Amino acid sequence: MITDSLVLSALLFVIGTLGVLIRRNAIIMFLCIELMLNAVNLTFVALSRLVGIDGQLFVFFVMTVAAAEAAVGLAIIISIFRHYETVDVQSFNLLKW
Amino acid sequence: MSDVLFYMFAALALGGAMGVVAGRNPVASLLSMVLSLGSTSVIFVLLEAHFLAAVQVIVYAGAIMVLFLFVIMLLNLGHDYRPDLRVTLWLIAPVAAAGALFGILSRGLRAAGAPAGTDSPVDAAVEEYGAIGAIARPLYTEWVVPFEITGILLLVAIVGALALAKKRV
Repeated sequence: MITDSLVLSALLFVIGTLGVLIRRNAIIMFLCIELMLNAVNLTFVALSRLVGIDGQLFVFFVMTVAAAEAAVGLAIIISIFRHYETVDVQSFNLLKW
Repeated sequence: MSDVLFYMFAALALGGAMGVVAGRNPVASLLSMVLSLGSTSVIFVLLEAHFLAAVQVIVYAGAIMVLFLFVIMLLNLGHDYRPDLRVTLWLIAPVAAAGALFGILSRGLRAAGAPAGTDSPVDAAVEEYGAIGAIARPLYTEWVVPFEITGILLLVAIVGALALAKKRV
């Protein structure tokens, strides 16, 4: 079951990556990043069966960082939306080369 | 029995993840995400990480997803059906890149998970201290400094989010 979990987490991570690459809605891209974090959590939990309880602690820290990141990121999205009236990343081209 | 449950919820987690990427409606994407996170928490239970399964449901599927839902509804994106998938080359290249990434990841992870022993070191700790105690003991002894820094991180995140989302900065 551990190997299966690891393959599942690889699949979830890749789906998350794909979402970040092909979607243009900033909030969906952000959700896909959370999906990738969750896939990594699954890897940590599966490998903690082999290595020890420390893997589960890392998951705890990753969840805290994900919560902090969600709060700050969504605040940034709100303030961008106030300015551009959209969350489509193609319209945020101020820093584009 | 647990294998059947594992494959069932693995399929649900994958389906939810695909729903996030493919969903037109942001709210539908978000609910697929909740499905995916809930299925992952069942898999955590099957991997004997009971405390993390509970935290996953409460913090991830509960708090963080509700935050996302609030923002989607605050910005009134619930009926924003404009197609936002990239097209042609911008669709082919990421799919190829993702396929390559999956090849690399699954190769490495399979190698890491290969020596699947019968008795796990986690079981011994859970047997001795209980599901929560097994995590709490190293958290408050060996990892206490990262734990406190995490508290500071959350404080900074609160202040930062308030400062950013305020009406006039």
